[in-house]
Amino acid sequence: METLVTVLVFAPIVGAAIAGLFGRRIGDVPSMAVTTGLLLLSCALSWTVFVQWTWGGLEPFTHTLMRFIHVGDFQSNWAIRIDGLSAVMLIVVTTVSALVHLYSWGYMADDPSKPRFFAYLSLFTFAMLALVTAADFMQLFLGWEGVGLASYLLIGFWFHKDTANAAAIKAFVVNRVGDFGFVLGVMTVFWAFGTIQFAEIFPLVAANADRTWEFAGQNWRLMDLACALLFVGAMGKSAQFFLHTWLPDAMEGPTPVSALIHAATMVTAGVYMVCLLSPMFEYAPVAKNIVTLIGAVTALFAATVGLTQNDIKRVIAYSTCSQLGYMFFAAGVGAYQAAMFHLFTHAFFKALLFLGAGSVIHGMHHEQDMRRYGALAKALPVTYAVMMIGTIAITGLGVPPVFGLEPLGFAGFYSKESIIHAAFSAGAENGIAYFAFVIGVLVAGLTSFYSWRLAFFTFNGHARWGHDDHAHGEAHHADDHASAAQLETHDEPVAHADDAHGHGQDHKPHESPWIMLVPLLVLSVGAIFAGGFFEGSFIGHHQEEFWRGAIFNGPDNHVMEHHEAPVWAVLAPLVAAIIGLGVAAYMYLWKEGLGARLAARGGPLYTFFYNKWFFDELYQATFVRLAKLLGDLFWKGGDQKIIDGLGPDGVSAVSYEVGRRAGKLQSGYVYHYAFVMLLGVAGILSYALWAWGR
Amino acid sequence: MTIGLVHYLAVAAILFTIGVFGIFVNRKNIIVILMSIELILLAVNINLVAFSVYLHNVVGQIFAMFVLTVAAAEAAVGLAILVTFFRNRGDISVDDASMMRG
Repeated sequence: METLVTVLVFAPIVGAAIAGLFGRRIGDVPSMAVTTGLLLLSCALSWTVFVQWTWGGLEPFTHTLMRFIHVGDFQSNWAIRIDGLSAVMLIVVTTVSALVHLYSWGYMADDPSKPRFFAYLSLFTFAMLALVTAADFMQLFLGWEGVGLASYLLIGFWFHKDTANAAAIKAFVVNRVGDFGFVLGVMTVFWAFGTIQFAEIFPLVAANADRTWEFAGQNWRLMDLACALLFVGAMGKSAQFFLHTWLPDAMEGPTPVSALIHAATMVTAGVYMVCLLSPMFEYAPVAKNIVTLIGAVTALFAATVGLTQNDIKRVIAYSTCSQLGYMFFAAGVGAYQAAMFHLFTHAFFKALLFLGAGSVIHGMHHEQDMRRYGALAKALPVTYAVMMIGTIAITGLGVPPVFGLEPLGFAGFYSKESIIHAAFSAGAENGIAYFAFVIGVLVAGLTSFYSWRLAFFTFNGHARWGHDDHAHGEAHHADDHASAAQLETHDEPVAHADDAHGHGQDHKPHESPWIMLVPLLVLSVGAIFAGGFFEGSFIGHHQEEFWRGAIFNGPDNHVMEHHEAPVWAVLAPLVAAIIGLGVAAYMYLWKEGLGARLAARGGPLYTFFYNKWFFDELYQATFVRLAKLLGDLFWKGGDQKIIDGLGPDGVSAVSYEVGRRAGKLQSGYVYHYAFVMLLGVAGILSYALWAWGR
Repeated sequence: MTIGLVHYLAVAAILFTIGVFGIFVNRKNIIVILMSIELILLAVNINLVAFSVYLHNVVGQIFAMFVLTVAAAEAAVGLAILVTFFRNRGDISVDDASMMRG
């Protein structure tokens, strides 16, 4: 088993090294084949581990590979930790990654630098595997930064696009804010326990639960402080409220990247970390409330913004942000199992939605504006089918367990239901959890609306493409119900210029090649069955034996035990989802164009949502401008005036001035020199005579 | 009136002064500067020889021979430079020879 997991973790980095270092020499197809092949191997091994874990009675173990950093008490090792949590993450990461590798064969077919792309994808996968198998904070942090780096490289993959570069830098910088909190959290833990090994920390937590730390005249509860700081890191990585601004911009990257990194895996690292650290969070009630609150607010915020966006990838990006909010408030109320379950199902249906959107974009010659879609169901039948599956899965349609019915639905139904249920149970004692429950129900409706809006807008209604030979950037055609108020005020990704197909050729949408459709079909199997099939293991009656101690629920945390909730609370999310579906169908199917007319009117609420609650503007006005002001102060005042002024520039100015004045003595006339010489001789002689005579 | 040491020294001083003024006051011609330098050197020579006779010490006269040699060499080098200078500039006026001005 040790050899198996070692191969599992290191296969992707081998692929990345081969494709990245020798990609140009061995050519496109071999480097694509070697990365994809190794990823498929890794995926198969992950499923072996998962199957062994779930049904084969595999014991949790940690395989230490070698020493990493040993300085005094600070001991960190390269290790592979296998337990319930990492087994789940392994299959999520490797499955989605393998499918995305496969899908990219078709999606990136026209790209000139395929080896680089596949090398980055494999590098990302390795970093993510290092993250999920970490046995101490140091390796966790290494993976954390590794996925950040891979994300930066992949967002900026089309580096000749200015917007892509800006988005990559933004993602990196915003994540640094989170990482700062994360590092402080790790330091707090090390300071409190003297170790960073999870296995050594967790047994000590209960005994240290009431330790406080006096700072600035205040007593800080140690666990609350550490967990809150670590959660700041999770907020950055998982794009939670305040630190979410990078995620929508990250859609500048190629769509397979959005599916892998910014939907299924990397952004869930924060949720994974909170669940992994459940033994700590269970003793940090204040930090848990912060997690719940931030999660709920993010869910609401992102869903409201998602209602109004017109770029197909941005809608899904905000949807991801919103679903991550769900996972966080689930973890915050103590339902870590439900959070992990939603993470698991969400990976399937969100990757499916993203890759489906990629298929639509591919078929529409890199047009991403949904206002130019419509009636694509006939042109893209397979994509239409899988997108429908994904939409049903995310909106959580299903038969709820009331009136003696057996629950039945697609993947998202089970996980979302369990989260809202858990929030309701916890809400009996905790007002914030009840708030999260209310938000959860509301957002279920909003999710349903924007997801179905996307589906109807794209696949049904009237075709809004092909009226003209729409050159990009020209004013929208009258049939697009566009008005000046509706024109984009924000950068939307434009089709990249060096794309070989599209532009100038025919604009008929076409179905994607099979190599792209197969991953979609595999993911739709996951999106349909992952919920019902694994419900018992993740959150049902077998949860104890499935997790086997990987997740810790405190002695007074009973949210995961099965309560009887009133019928209305069980039905509420489903009713909200159906209302959302109804409104979307009314606005975009029966009264087609109503949505666009409402948007054109541009009410205050619409403007607020459309501009993403003005967060980018707010940050621009405060942090960015403040930083620029400070930078200007130090640059122009400190560096240019003081350091340069007194240092190099000052010295050079003084020596220049002295030289200029001394130069005036050099008249160039021989008799001046001779005269000075004579004076000198006379002076020296006079002195010599005077000195001699004394 | 016997011609004594003082007379020789006076002649030398006059020659020296003429030479110095020849350098300073002259604005015309670089040849004049060379000639003035010769005058100064001759003035020194007269001094050396005069003291040599007065003090009955032959070293002064030997030294004067050296000075004459150096003066000849200097004149040769100076004139050679002057010729080249003239070829390059087409002029040997002192006021124009100020290329080294700072």
